[in-house]
Amino acid sequence: MSLLEVEDLHASAGGREIVRGVDLRVAGGEVHVVMGPNGSGKSTLAHALMGRPGTTVTSGSIRVDGTELVGLPAWRRARAGLFLALQQPIEVPGVLVEAALEEAVGEDAAGEVPRRLREEAGAIGFDERFLQRALNVDLSGGERKRNEVVQLGVLRPKFAVLDEIDSGLDVDAVRAVARRIERATSEWGLGVLAVTHFHRLLRELRADRVHVLVGGRLVASGGPELAEELERTGYGAYGAEEGAA
Amino acid sequence: MSAFGPERAVALGGPAWLRQRRSDAADELAVMPMPSEKEELWRYTPIEELHLDDYAPRPSPGSDPASDEADRALGAAYVQGLAADLPARAALVATIDGRPVSVERSALLGPVRVGGLDVLGTEEGVLGGVLAGGDALVRLNDAFHPDVVVVDVPEHAVLDAPIVIVHWCTAGLSTQGSGDGAQTDARAPACFPRTVVRLGAGSSAQVVEVVAGAPGAGRGLVVPITELSAGDGAQLSYAALQVLGTEVWHVSRLAAVAGRDATLRTFTVGLGGAYDRSRTDALADGPGSRTELRSAYLGTGSQVHDVRTLQDHAAPRTTSDLLCKGAVAQRSRSVYSGLIRVRRGAVRTNAFQTNHNLVLDEGAHADSVPNLDIEENDVRCSHASTVGPVDEDQRYYLESRGIPPSRAEQLIVLGFFDDIVQRSPVPALVGRLRREVVRRLAAVSSEDG
Repeated sequence: MSLLEVEDLHASAGGREIVRGVDLRVAGGEVHVVMGPNGSGKSTLAHALMGRPGTTVTSGSIRVDGTELVGLPAWRRARAGLFLALQQPIEVPGVLVEAALEEAVGEDAAGEVPRRLREEAGAIGFDERFLQRALNVDLSGGERKRNEVVQLGVLRPKFAVLDEIDSGLDVDAVRAVARRIERATSEWGLGVLAVTHFHRLLRELRADRVHVLVGGRLVASGGPELAEELERTGYGAYGAEEGAA
Repeated sequence: MSAFGPERAVALGGPAWLRQRRSDAADELAVMPMPSEKEELWRYTPIEELHLDDYAPRPSPGSDPASDEADRALGAAYVQGLAADLPARAALVATIDGRPVSVERSALLGPVRVGGLDVLGTEEGVLGGVLAGGDALVRLNDAFHPDVVVVDVPEHAVLDAPIVIVHWCTAGLSTQGSGDGAQTDARAPACFPRTVVRLGAGSSAQVVEVVAGAPGAGRGLVVPITELSAGDGAQLSYAALQVLGTEVWHVSRLAAVAGRDATLRTFTVGLGGAYDRSRTDALADGPGSRTELRSAYLGTGSQVHDVRTLQDHAAPRTTSDLLCKGAVAQRSRSVYSGLIRVRRGAVRTNAFQTNHNLVLDEGAHADSVPNLDIEENDVRCSHASTVGPVDEDQRYYLESRGIPPSRAEQLIVLGFFDDIVQRSPVPALVGRLRREVVRRLAAVSSEDG
């Protein structure tokens, strides 16, 4: 079974330390949800894991099955089995999702990409016509999110970091996406680290573990009941100012 | 002594009105200054490095040197390859140095006349109706174009398949190395393709015009002029591709006019040449007319691409929409300069101008100069331009899918071009354009790698 290990991770962006000591262990097939208020460092954590230029890991370790990812460029982390569904997927004019994924999977598997794309699109109700558009160009916010999940399904990474995957999606779409991700956990043992601001994802996606991120640190971890408690009490109990950026 | 004297112009022959026109142009040329970089229209260009004494007009009066044989074989192969890429075509005209050498007409043509000037019989005054006036380079073409490629579409004729025109331009000796010495004249060839496309009222046609020459080194000067007119309600789609060798200077003019409610689409793609200039002037002359201008360029080596556009509005309720995209790699550079002009009376004009430039290497450079000249109030105009390297976020996004940076960049650059190539007004040309861009980008990255 695969293992994603994050140890005492510190990361800064824009010259400010935003992630200040995060420890996580996600095994293949597990679903972990990191919840936190605005500005708690959720997106920075996601980009630190993927290796976005400009987000600097200042100390700590990120390992997939023992391979150290800190210091590796994003594409090598992807090849080590990590995937990031972006909160705001980037428009790449003129580049079809098919062309990008064919390049990503390499020549031997490229022939399978068109069929796999159609299957994955069908599984979450992503209009096949959108597969003929350039990446994220002329797509609504919700369509972009679905497009990320379609790509996740084709690439079959070991671990997926989902950054606010539910934002922009209506209830039915959140449900379809959650079903697809859950299926992936048994289909190929996908490990999931979902980062979210809202509780509503947890109504659809069954989490094994819930973590609370405040001020760049995980201040609490527990089972799904932790999310319910958060829904009642808010983040205030963890020292966060409600609504603070 | 210049090889561009009036005697040589008149010796090209043709009907009396044309000989007179050539002679007048040659006389004017003799007293006209060459363009200067001090003029706004030639700013940022190497035009002052152009010395006419280095060139002699083609075709030359006597027999051409034997070294032309190899060049012609390349030309014939090029035309064949292009024809294979455009199997559904209404006609194919091939010229060498501006003189038609073959005209293939399909049954699709119907009443459309395609060929050299002779297809118009005794008609006079065929030239200069759309492009009036002009500088010394226009006069050069006026004096030395050997024939005219004519596409004449009568009223209400509708052509769905493109008419293809290929101008093969002979390249001279390279400045690098002496060659095999077969060519005795040290002057490099200059050639002057001339094309007239006329669409009668309510008609519709697509035209592809390719200016090509032997790839690689070999000096030359190519000064093409194309005049397009779309009559009332006509729809003209025109795409031009320039793939000359790396030492050739290409200085082209495309002049277009759209009548009442006509739609005129142009696309110019500059890939070859040492200095590649394409100037497109599109006049929305009739009320309700629409012009769409597209341009693309890819610079490699030490190329200079220079795109000038004029969106000229002379009538009410006219629309123009320009999109120009270019990338410069290695030590190449580009200039885009465009003007939206709204004349008095052209009320309710809509005019849009967008220029995007990718700068792929530190040694490359792009200038973008949008301009507005608006003499009317009730108009909507906008312009936007960008110059910069490949977008970091786009690269990161593709890398996050497992694509290495060099491939991610290639995909982004190819996508940048695909975005405009897919909008080619002549859809049949998309595949060819795409392959040309892919091949050139691959060559750049293998040199850099």
